[in-house]
Amino acid sequence: MSALHLEFDVAGDNFLSAGSATDRVKNELRKLGVSSADIRRVAISMYEGEINMVIHAGGGKAIVDIYVDKSVVKLIDHGKGIKDIELAMKPGYSTANEEIRNLGFGAGMGLPNMKKYADELIIESEVGKGTTVTMIVNFS
Amino acid sequence: MKIKDVAEILQGEILCCEEQADREVQAACGSDMMSDVLAYVKDQALLITGLCNPQVIRTAVMMDMICIAFVRGKEPTAEMIELARAKGITIIRTPRRMFSACGLLYSAGLKSGK
Ligand SMILES: Nc1ncnc2c1ncn2[C@@H]1O[C@H](COP(=O)(O)OP(=O)(O)O)[C@@H](O)[C@H]1O
Ligand SMILES: [Mg+2]
Repeated sequence: MSALHLEFDVAGDNFLSAGSATDRVKNELRKLGVSSADIRRVAISMYEGEINMVIHAGGGKAIVDIYVDKSVVKLIDHGKGIKDIELAMKPGYSTANEEIRNLGFGAGMGLPNMKKYADELIIESEVGKGTTVTMIVNFS
Repeated sequence: MKIKDVAEILQGEILCCEEQADREVQAACGSDMMSDVLAYVKDQALLITGLCNPQVIRTAVMMDMICIAFVRGKEPTAEMIELARAKGITIIRTPRRMFSACGLLYSAGLKSGK
């Protein structure tokens, strides 16, 4: 059983509020006394994932379980899916449009960042059905 | 240098969290791409940016930054200032452009960090 279980709806139509789920998780981790280095790894990877759900998938759900030694963040959407995951993982690869770029995202660094900061990154995706991203961060 | 020195060097105006103007910033990051900030920032406490939307504040929160300087006189919305205040992030607005803002701070001894 996890020490803390959290669920969030991530609105797909509101880029401006994206990141609020991550912010809540960050606060909970701090309350639990997790080190700031570990909190940052959870925060960056979840925030990038949250942004991706908003800009690429029309929103979704975030399910977060915090254990004594790790956090498990699951991001579930029913968006368009990812056709070629290996390609999507390439630094700089992005299908984001000009509008997204003008908002400071869409540099194609989201998935590489998630891989860099999470200890484990699992992407399951089906075109037309959606994507589930699972990220595990082990606490040091 | 202190946050208030940053404001002075940039001839900027502090828009919120002035009470922490005496806090130190050792290093800064200048960028309009938030993904780059998320990828490369380590211990930089100051973000200098020409991008002006709530995700800039969110990004700074994620990276535990304590100050954001908006260049080219970019005007953050009331919503952004409220979020920054709630998160303890000082906002500075400066008429300087990105290149000169970074140059001035660098010359004054601010580092780019690790
Ligand atoms: N949840 C998702 N649903 C659909 N496509 C996605 C999702 N996440 C990522 N992608 C695809 O993978 C690409 C690379 O993602 P990422 O590395 O985060 O870069 P960026 O978000 O800057 O485009 C995206 O441009 C998009 O095509
Ligand atoms: Mg992304």
